[in-house]
Amino acid sequence: MAVATSNSGTTTRPVRSPSFRARKLLQLNWFGGLAGWIWLAIVLVPLYWIVVTSFKDQSAYFTQNPFALPSAPTTNNYRLVVESDFPRYFLNSVIVTVGTILPAVGISFMAAYAIIRGAGSKFLAGVNGLFLMGLAIPLQATIIPVYLLIIKMHLYDSLLALMLPSIAFSIPLSVLVLTNFIRDVPKELFESMRVDGATEWGMLRGLALPLTRPALVTVSIYNGLGVWNGFLLPLILTQSPDKRTLPLALWTFQGQYSVNVPAVLASVVLTTLPIVILYAVSRRQLLSGLTAGFSR
Amino acid sequence: MTVTAPPAAPETGRKVSSGAGSSGVGRSGPVAWMVLPALVLFIVFGVVPLVGVLLLSFTQWDGLGAIHNAGLSNWKSVLSDSQLPHSILVTFEIMILSWLVQTPMSLLLGTFLAGRQRYRAFLAVLYFIPLLLSSAAIAITYKALLDPNFGLGPGLHLDFLTQDWLGRSDLAVGVVIFIVSWQFIPFHSLIYQGGVRQIPTTMYEAASIDGAGRVRQFFSITVPQLKYTIITSSTLMVVGSLTFFDLIFVLTAGGPGDATRVLALDMYKRGFMSNQMGPASVIAALIVLLGLALALLLRRLGGSATASQQEGA
Repeated sequence: MAVATSNSGTTTRPVRSPSFRARKLLQLNWFGGLAGWIWLAIVLVPLYWIVVTSFKDQSAYFTQNPFALPSAPTTNNYRLVVESDFPRYFLNSVIVTVGTILPAVGISFMAAYAIIRGAGSKFLAGVNGLFLMGLAIPLQATIIPVYLLIIKMHLYDSLLALMLPSIAFSIPLSVLVLTNFIRDVPKELFESMRVDGATEWGMLRGLALPLTRPALVTVSIYNGLGVWNGFLLPLILTQSPDKRTLPLALWTFQGQYSVNVPAVLASVVLTTLPIVILYAVSRRQLLSGLTAGFSR
Repeated sequence: MTVTAPPAAPETGRKVSSGAGSSGVGRSGPVAWMVLPALVLFIVFGVVPLVGVLLLSFTQWDGLGAIHNAGLSNWKSVLSDSQLPHSILVTFEIMILSWLVQTPMSLLLGTFLAGRQRYRAFLAVLYFIPLLLSSAAIAITYKALLDPNFGLGPGLHLDFLTQDWLGRSDLAVGVVIFIVSWQFIPFHSLIYQGGVRQIPTTMYEAASIDGAGRVRQFFSITVPQLKYTIITSSTLMVVGSLTFFDLIFVLTAGGPGDATRVLALDMYKRGFMSNQMGPASVIAALIVLLGLALALLLRRLGGSATASQQEGA
């Protein structure tokens, strides 16, 4: 919850006199400040290096100072990446991410709605308990049976093979976060809609959906980032180049062009760019998405 | 949006609604079906594989052909294999050392970021960029950055940076810990930032009236008040470190030799490179058990009632 307030609070929260002294103390925290600036350097130096290097040609990379701006900036590295089928991998990543998030958030929302509205039902309480237990299951540890299942379903080497396990593993946290939000919707609103003859489905769409939209965005971003950056499932459940998603494509590209560091780094920039743009556009939702369920 | 929810909301909410539920038992019928799509998918791709891990650990399977019963032989061979203690050791080494690096740093940065100055908000924007990169991208970057011939060290002519970072087993583990910290300290700082902002400022005022300095306040107020945040963050760090796969796989593939062959990598190599799914399933089962044991242990440390509150909150 603090995450959601943090950024909006920066400007709106008035500084009252009693808390002012305490805030002042936080402000003067020079040791923290020192750590803060050092950490900034640690974060930015590699990122700066990636971007600068991706615009150098190979000979400049070997001869120039690593931190110097490219003397003759080139976009050839990016051209090479784009010509190496990255648009295809990008499309695959988009398909898998959207194809995971929409159904995952949809069915999690329905489940969360049922768990809250049907409170008192032993069945639903048991299902909720099962989902909570699911928070503790690491995807990596179940990969062998998942692989077996996907083979048996004749889905091996398809994008659907990546979506189904991803949907399943995003359910527990999504349901946890969404139940917490739907629980906050006043009961009287449901009652008055029911009196007016609304069905449960109508209330889900007309009442719960609009009131929990921020949580839906949060959950979508959290899961979306995980799927977009996922590596293990594509590595194990796909094989042919035209089914590759971006992280896997990065890895194979790096294997192919390991000597051409600027091109490899250009591929890193290109695959990260969509998320950085998303971050620039909707920082607040993204950050609260990142800590969904943990710091609420 | 969530500001109004007190941390205990889930608990009290459940009680209130179960009380009201007695009148709604009849009504739970029409809603219950809505849980089914999620339930079915979760059972098929979550619960079944979890049981499957255990079942497969008693079988012999090469990943392609038929599956044969193998009894306890996989467990016997894996548990007596000298590879297992080594993998467990490396896993714990990375887990503990990365916890030791990340926790103080995240606490410090989280406290720093809790201040509401504009420049801190701006710094925070930059800190979080590493969270957006995939582990594969991060590993690829550091691999190039640390190259002993063409990386940053030789480029800057700095001898201390010119090491065979990923080729020497003692250095490789350190590199993994550094990169993990680079990747995840922002995330944990974010959690601590939220925690620090919930500490009542009156506590700091009282302490400063009593003449406590800032360092004293940090250790006597901030750290104790963050107890549950520390446990949440540590649980995520410790349990999460059992599943570091992408990063290490791309960075070192477990090498040099077996220096960074953590349990998750050991599982992958046995299963998908040596085609021994049975022994690999034994390792997978051990990862699940270890994760549960560590989560329960940390939960106990926090006191069970408050820990469950924290988890729901």
